[in-house]
Amino acid sequence: MPVGRQTPLFKLHQELNARIVDFGGWDMPVQYSSQIGEHHAVRRAAGVFDVSHMCVVDLHGSRVREFLRQLLANDVARLQSLGKALYSCMLNEQGGVRDDLIAYYLGESWYRLVVNAGTRDRDLAWITAQAQPFAVQVSERSDLALLAIQGPEARAKAAQILPSAAATEALALPTFVGRELGRWFVARTGYTGEDGFEIMMPAADAVPAWRSLNALGVASCGLGARDTLRLEAGMNLYGNDMDEATHPFESGLGWTLAMTPRERGFVGRAALEGIERAGSPRKLVGLLLEDRGVLRSHQKVIVPSVGEGAITSGTFSPTLERSIALARVPAATAERVQVDIRGKLLSARVVKPPFVRFGKSLVS
Amino acid sequence: MSQLPADLKYTKSHEWVRALTDGTVEIGITDHAQHALGDLVFVEVPEAGRKVQAGEACAVVESVKAASDVYAPLSGEITGGNPKLAAEPEAVNTSPYGEGWLMRLRPAPGALAAAALMPAAEYQKLLDAEGG
Repeated sequence: MPVGRQTPLFKLHQELNARIVDFGGWDMPVQYSSQIGEHHAVRRAAGVFDVSHMCVVDLHGSRVREFLRQLLANDVARLQSLGKALYSCMLNEQGGVRDDLIAYYLGESWYRLVVNAGTRDRDLAWITAQAQPFAVQVSERSDLALLAIQGPEARAKAAQILPSAAATEALALPTFVGRELGRWFVARTGYTGEDGFEIMMPAADAVPAWRSLNALGVASCGLGARDTLRLEAGMNLYGNDMDEATHPFESGLGWTLAMTPRERGFVGRAALEGIERAGSPRKLVGLLLEDRGVLRSHQKVIVPSVGEGAITSGTFSPTLERSIALARVPAATAERVQVDIRGKLLSARVVKPPFVRFGKSLVS
Repeated sequence: MSQLPADLKYTKSHEWVRALTDGTVEIGITDHAQHALGDLVFVEVPEAGRKVQAGEACAVVESVKAASDVYAPLSGEITGGNPKLAAEPEAVNTSPYGEGWLMRLRPAPGALAAAALMPAAEYQKLLDAEGG
């Protein structure tokens, strides 16, 4: 069995009988007992995920804001209060998506990025090269573990493993805001469509924190449940739903582009302006399978009298008990499509993601 | 731990075969296979009357994660798929050798003798070698 990189929680995952798979070069838990059970735990109560494979990067320097306003397609000038987070694409000159990330505004000369595990090395090389003219220091925080605690009961449970003063502050955090509370950085963010925290902590704290959460009834959840949760929540997965060869307008990410002010010259802007003027010929939509079966990435989507597209992410939705997907289709696609599953054409309905939010179905 | 009924025969691709009294056979996937796949959410079984060759993909079991083919352990004609699985694919997880059977088949002449089937003890050795 090939050995990949391991997080500080790897031995605990083994002890908890997790099934370990390779994920972007990391040995990660895909499930502990039942993927569907873990999914429901997050929708109905609370679950904890090890996402320490993601890459935390601190950026320091007096010109760091100016740097990020050039690097990112969303505008960090929108971050007005300390701790506020911003979701953004990082583009190439052609407008293709190098990665999607979260940027936290932590000080006049300090921002923190969280980028994907699979793109870590090329992101670090790119960010470091781009930062040089701005004299911004780029430091990977491989000393930190990252736990996501998600679900309707997640914040209340997570607060119980914080010192009481920190717990009060954590529970007062607005959505999409993070704060350093003692040794931990607690943010009210996530990737499941539920409320919760993502907590960065020194690696040595991760195992005791996980055990304490388990003792409070927070379920250990693997990357399998994380994927079905994020897809129900209509959130893109880098490498599936967008990559260097696709741009944000055809990836359901137009809302993340800060095209004004016009004078902000971020990487990829010129290409995006061209695409915006011409109109993107393709779009990313949600699909709901009306027949029995399971939608999967790369299946062909047939849009009668319009053209063809493809599924970028597909799964069985445990909440809706039917199959859902994200698909890239011609811009003229209306309500009905067919999907080629092993040579059979099945009917699907086009819907606007998300499919599920805060435990509730948003599709009929 | 996988459980292996001694009255069944097994394939390298983790199907099992049960000889029925009417001369047909019942086919399913092993406990090891259902466990490796995880929670099943969709099962596609062949239509009655379809003729299959040994080793031919003839059913599909889909978990949340992925779709996997099930291969005919021997040549013959399908006499029916398990109708219960349309509504309850999870029966394959909970009862892989019982209510979760996939299909029944009438072996072609000599097909049962010609099929590459293993007794439970031999299949267990294969699982041990795979680290299962």
